[in-house]
Amino acid sequence: MKTLSLARKELAGYFFSPLAYVVGALFLCACALKFAPPPALWTGSRDFFILVPGRSASLRPLFEMMARAMIVVGPLLTMRLLSDEFRSGTIETLLTAPITDTQVVLGKFLGVLGFYLALLGGTGVFLALMCVFAQIDPGVMAMGYLGMVLLGAAFLAVGLFASTLSRYQLLAAMVAIVLLSLVGLGAGLLARHTPEPLNHIIANFDAMRFLSRFARGQFDTRGLVYFLSIAGWFLFLSVKTLESRRWR
Amino acid sequence: MIDVEHLTKWYGPVLAVDNISFHVERGSVVGFLGPNGAGKSTTLKIMTCYLPASSGRVTINGLDVLGDSLALRKQIGYMPESVPVYPEMRVCEYLMFRAALRDIPRRARRGAVARAAERCWLSGPEDMTRRRLGELSRGYRQRVGLAEVLLHNPPVLVLDEPTIGLDPAQIRSMRELIGELAGEHTVILSSHVLAEVEQTCSEIIIIAGGRLVAAGTSGELRQRVAGPSHVVAQVQGPAPGEIVRAIGCLKGVSTVQHSQRDDWTRLEIHSQANRDIRGAIFDLVRRKNWQLRELRRATPSLEDFFVQITYEQSMKQTG
Repeated sequence: MKTLSLARKELAGYFFSPLAYVVGALFLCACALKFAPPPALWTGSRDFFILVPGRSASLRPLFEMMARAMIVVGPLLTMRLLSDEFRSGTIETLLTAPITDTQVVLGKFLGVLGFYLALLGGTGVFLALMCVFAQIDPGVMAMGYLGMVLLGAAFLAVGLFASTLSRYQLLAAMVAIVLLSLVGLGAGLLARHTPEPLNHIIANFDAMRFLSRFARGQFDTRGLVYFLSIAGWFLFLSVKTLESRRWR
Repeated sequence: MIDVEHLTKWYGPVLAVDNISFHVERGSVVGFLGPNGAGKSTTLKIMTCYLPASSGRVTINGLDVLGDSLALRKQIGYMPESVPVYPEMRVCEYLMFRAALRDIPRRARRGAVARAAERCWLSGPEDMTRRRLGELSRGYRQRVGLAEVLLHNPPVLVLDEPTIGLDPAQIRSMRELIGELAGEHTVILSSHVLAEVEQTCSEIIIIAGGRLVAAGTSGELRQRVAGPSHVVAQVQGPAPGEIVRAIGCLKGVSTVQHSQRDDWTRLEIHSQANRDIRGAIFDLVRRKNWQLRELRRATPSLEDFFVQITYEQSMKQTG
């Protein structure tokens, strides 16, 4: 299957790319710093951290932090997906092969999603550590990770769309960061400072609000619909942007 | 097999391809010649479904490039001029990936890749299949591009500058390979190298300024060089002026150009209506008791025709 072949190629490309390793390492380091205070180096308040005696055994703060980090990490992972093809000229050999634009977009998306899932898998070490020190609720943890997968799929789709707009990776990343900031930060901020009923309408675009529910262990179908709709919509836009080359 | 009808392409206000029409028979090798910016690559990109035409129609094997794009792309092997590749991939990985995109069944892929690699000198004398594409020279990348095109054995091959970056031995081998492909495949290649096109292609299409300015076999095009052929002679006589006057008076001579080399006068004599005036020149020199050390008829080359026709086209566009 061509979509899977393309996805495999993209996934392998990430493991060859220095940027992906740097981004992944920084992401996991940030998670580690949130998870536990650096032993013997930290003398301040421990309220910021998760693995602290007396606190509830919950990865919710970690999921919320990872979600905010994805506003930048997502675009950094997706910026090369199609921008690089345009810049290097490989888009010519790709689009003259017997592959549809939908297969191209889906293949790229599955490739980057695969790498993101590998990154999420890396955070499993924190889950394992928590299991050593506390009794965790597996259902709550599973919902948290489901929320992160859904959020990741949505954010990566936005990044992929931004990548179809330009041959310049940095520009694609910036466009994606702006778009994700709107739903990841802007909507929540605006909802707190606008009058009714506007605040309710805007709040329904706040990605962090839906993620928080998953992080608390709630299976929220509104969140499911929200994230899948964003992912579907931006993948559709990506296909149409790519298709537009054939009639420009 | 391939029909291009009134093909036009605008890039914004720039007319890149202007109403081109031609037909390519099955099994032939057709060469696209033209100066830089003539519209060759644009025409090839439209034929391979990469770019849309502004107007006109292209059909290959009865399939329209716009309406039957996916089916058509299965029948074409296209090698762009720059041979863009993914630098992090190894040669074998890249060819396997392309084989997957070409719907070659999984169990047949390894064999197809091995055959294509062998045919394009990638597996011998030095095995390059494990090297990363980013490490390869231009010439080797060219070979990878050609191997990719041959993977699925398509009926139509479109090659944009296939011999750029190859050494002379490889160019000769490439020419032989293209010759072998003819008959079984229909090949369209674009090139700046006239000698290569003359030797490889059964038909030549010359494009200049976005327009098709000439099409035919190389023999037919050579005969179309405008103006009469000319005779080159080197004569030693009493005075150059007298020699030029005497030659100029011969029947059928239209113009005489001359230059001096030591005691010898080198003459380029243009005659009317392709008349062969060598006999008349020889008789004159013998009568006058002059010395003659060169007398030949300069035959027009494809390069003469190409320069002439593209110059005329550029004059039309600027005038």
